[in-house]
Amino acid sequence: MPRIRVEVDGTTYEDDVEPRLLLVHYLRERLGKVGTPVGCDTSNCGACTVLMDGMSVKSCSVLAVQADGSDVTTVEGLGVDGTTHPMQRAFHEEHALQCGYCTPGMIMASLDLLRENADPSEEEVREGLEGNLCRCTGYQNIVKAVRRAAAEMREPADQEVTP
Amino acid sequence: MSENGQHPDGQHPDGQAGNGHHGFGRVPRKEDARFIRGRGNYVDDIKLPGMLYGAILRSPHAHARLVSVDTTAAEAHPQVRAVITGETLTGLNLAWMPTLSNDVQAVLATDKVRYQGQEVAFVVAETHYAARDALELIDVDYEALPPVVDARKALDDDAPVIRDDVEGRTDNHIFDWEAGDAEHTDRVFGEAEVVVAQDVLYPRVHPAPLETCGIVADMDKVTGKLTVHTTTQAPHAHRTVYALVAGLPEHKIRVVSPDIGGGFGNKVGIYPGYVCAIVGSIVTGRPVKWIEDRSENLMTTSFARDYHMRGEIAATRDGRIRGLRVKVLADHGAFNGTAQPTKFPAGFFHVFTGSYDIEAAHCAVTGVYTNKAPGGVAYACSFRITEAAYLVERLVDVLAAELGADPAELRMRNLLRAEQFPYSTATGWEYDSGDYPRTLRTALDIAGYDELRAEQAGRRERGEGPLMGIGISFFTEAVGAGPRKHMDILGLGMADGAELRVHPTGKAVLRISVQTQGQGHETTFAQIVAHELGIPVDDVEVVHGDTDQTPFGLGTYGSRSTPVSGAATAVVARKVRERARIVAGAMLEASPEDLEWTPGRWAVRGDPSTGVTMQEIAMAAHGSLELPEGVEGHLDATTVYNPPNLTYPFGAYVAVVDVDPGTGKVTVRRFVAVDDCGVRINPMVVEGQVHGGLADGVGMALMQVMAFDEDGNHLGASFMDYLLPTAVECPSWELGETVTPSPHHPLGAKGVGESATVGSPAAIVNAVVDALRPYGVRHADMPLTPANVWRVVQGRPFRTDLAIP
Repeated sequence: MPRIRVEVDGTTYEDDVEPRLLLVHYLRERLGKVGTPVGCDTSNCGACTVLMDGMSVKSCSVLAVQADGSDVTTVEGLGVDGTTHPMQRAFHEEHALQCGYCTPGMIMASLDLLRENADPSEEEVREGLEGNLCRCTGYQNIVKAVRRAAAEMREPADQEVTP
Repeated sequence: MSENGQHPDGQHPDGQAGNGHHGFGRVPRKEDARFIRGRGNYVDDIKLPGMLYGAILRSPHAHARLVSVDTTAAEAHPQVRAVITGETLTGLNLAWMPTLSNDVQAVLATDKVRYQGQEVAFVVAETHYAARDALELIDVDYEALPPVVDARKALDDDAPVIRDDVEGRTDNHIFDWEAGDAEHTDRVFGEAEVVVAQDVLYPRVHPAPLETCGIVADMDKVTGKLTVHTTTQAPHAHRTVYALVAGLPEHKIRVVSPDIGGGFGNKVGIYPGYVCAIVGSIVTGRPVKWIEDRSENLMTTSFARDYHMRGEIAATRDGRIRGLRVKVLADHGAFNGTAQPTKFPAGFFHVFTGSYDIEAAHCAVTGVYTNKAPGGVAYACSFRITEAAYLVERLVDVLAAELGADPAELRMRNLLRAEQFPYSTATGWEYDSGDYPRTLRTALDIAGYDELRAEQAGRRERGEGPLMGIGISFFTEAVGAGPRKHMDILGLGMADGAELRVHPTGKAVLRISVQTQGQGHETTFAQIVAHELGIPVDDVEVVHGDTDQTPFGLGTYGSRSTPVSGAATAVVARKVRERARIVAGAMLEASPEDLEWTPGRWAVRGDPSTGVTMQEIAMAAHGSLELPEGVEGHLDATTVYNPPNLTYPFGAYVAVVDVDPGTGKVTVRRFVAVDDCGVRINPMVVEGQVHGGLADGVGMALMQVMAFDEDGNHLGASFMDYLLPTAVECPSWELGETVTPSPHHPLGAKGVGESATVGSPAAIVNAVVDALRPYGVRHADMPLTPANVWRVVQGRPFRTDLAIP
């Protein structure tokens, strides 16, 4: 069995894994990181989205062995010392979740979206989240939440250039 | 509260209230705290010591005789702990289980398989991967039989008999059911100046909650207690059914419904996988987890709709609707597992007279078996009201086209007026309250209807593409099942309990029988208590989903939580408030009759400075204060709420679409939704419910379908084929509201969760058909995919429920 070394939410793990083990199952079943759920079996829904070396991936479509040497961030790794990340807060404030099942993946995909585009338009948010299905919210409040978080996350940078 | 309130951007003028808030309003959700951190507790997150994993072997055939099942190789797999077959279950008298529609359903096939994906064997193994591996080692010998795929041929003389498990059965007929006055309706149709008929298919779709169905079954052989953690919308009903089916005493069964990743009616019934996992736990003595994957969910759990309807509408030449006549062929699949009140085999389909003052109406529904998975009632249908509302709203548009009338004006002319409520319909419903013209006017105003029509006319005149269509839907819902006398599920009356306990320090615990799947009960039910007792929302903990901890009740579906359990919560809180009044009287040495309530406080009438708060009362009720004779102390109450009637929320929707006739592509440009659900406990949550339901409407109208080929192969068995709307296909919803309280509900609140799913498909289809008017199109069946619309434009529509020939 191949041995992998992977950093997940700031902790380094070394494990022997079957080559066929999916990253999402490694996270959930081996590490107990059950905050990242599974919503489909054809890589359409995006509920399992995590960041791998900063880029969003659908962890149901990545083998755990492929994550060897990588830095993985799940929704459980956001926020510092019990605080929440601006994206998490924005989802709460804009009522951008109901059952909560797509929420972890939606939040992680949104972070990757903002990495590429710090000030997305409504249309750009919708396009950017096309890989994430939600059955509850009808998306509108998610779009609002992402734009709200984007504004908040831009603030420190804006302040730097403001005299 | 606003009347005709219009908040196009979804913002409410009163802003957000914090959770220190004492009642109704835009209170942010308490449950978010765990979900945004990945700290929810869904069934697949549960891990118990020694837990094993189950997997199901499924039939590749739609219809086949089961010749043999050889499990030898699977049993020899080093990680396999048990393999269960139909034969195993027969020994336990569990091979078949009762359905919610007085039929039986195979748990594991014994004689035949009757749909593709049907459960044939269950493997229990040390890991989830090993369980799947072992499925490959089971050798099943099938003898293929011809399947019944087309519901319209299910009753043909030469149709293969699907249910030959029933002695003496010679056909695929399930039931005939009718409502309304056939003779009166025929008379009205005989006299009518205008009669229009239209065949309308509401194709088979699936609720597809993002979390699939699953269970962790844990039979403790020492205590004899079975604990199941499962995705159920009705935990108490599940407990009772397990007791009846498995012969376990009900007090030794605990059903826990943890966080549920969406239900939408998919998680009401009991599925074979649950029974297999329980048997697996009994057989192995260890907990067994079974979680289905997406294709299993789509292929085998409760589908929705599949109604083949022929509707007729009778009217005067000047547009007064007089009668409706409907014949329905209902495809129920291989087992009649439809989840609905016992006396209503077609659910509440007979609210199909909709929002109109109609003299006579009649419907006849025939249910048939086909070689497909069971289900029917699911996906926010409110017991078949999706079908009813879609039919009548299509018929009104067909009539408008026939008369050359504007669909908005035709509706306005026929809508029930405020003074007609309570209104008895021609099929026997008593609508509680409504002011429909006001609501339609609000929607038309938000949409700028006249300008839209002018824009459309201009575009048509100039021949500017794409084609523009405007569609209206006005619906009346019937939710909150229901009065015990008329409504039961498997003999269990549809009343719901509530228990409220106020702790010595004034914090409260509310225990309810309903089970949220994302609708926000943990917040909104706390708001009801806060509203009634004047304590902060954060001081109320809502406990639900655990049958050991909560009072009996029928669960959450049919938008029944607010109408039934919401009412129970108000009633139980008022009981506590009255007890608090007696305690306050003893504290203040005043007669309780002389006390006056202001939120959170009982005070002496005329002397507001002499009073005590709920917190002070709570402490005194648990303290040494001498209480009047007959008052036991503490501060709690229980109740069971048996609703006197359903609630009838309603709404007016306007969709604007663009259709490219060259490709058939439909774009929903705008969608205006004005909902009236009476008093809104939490407007933010209501709006979220509406948003979600509108997305369902986009999905059903434009992309979702579960079609079958001639061999009975399921053609929508994954998210590759069964398409759900993404953020890209959904427009920014434009919402409005009117408020017409329910007179019989303690809070004036009506249900709303399913309204948008019920009301929105018709608006979109009406809009697309409106866009296609230059092509002489009168109707087109859902889903209006590009291929379908293109074929409709060519004058060659196809059957959306069957494979393209």
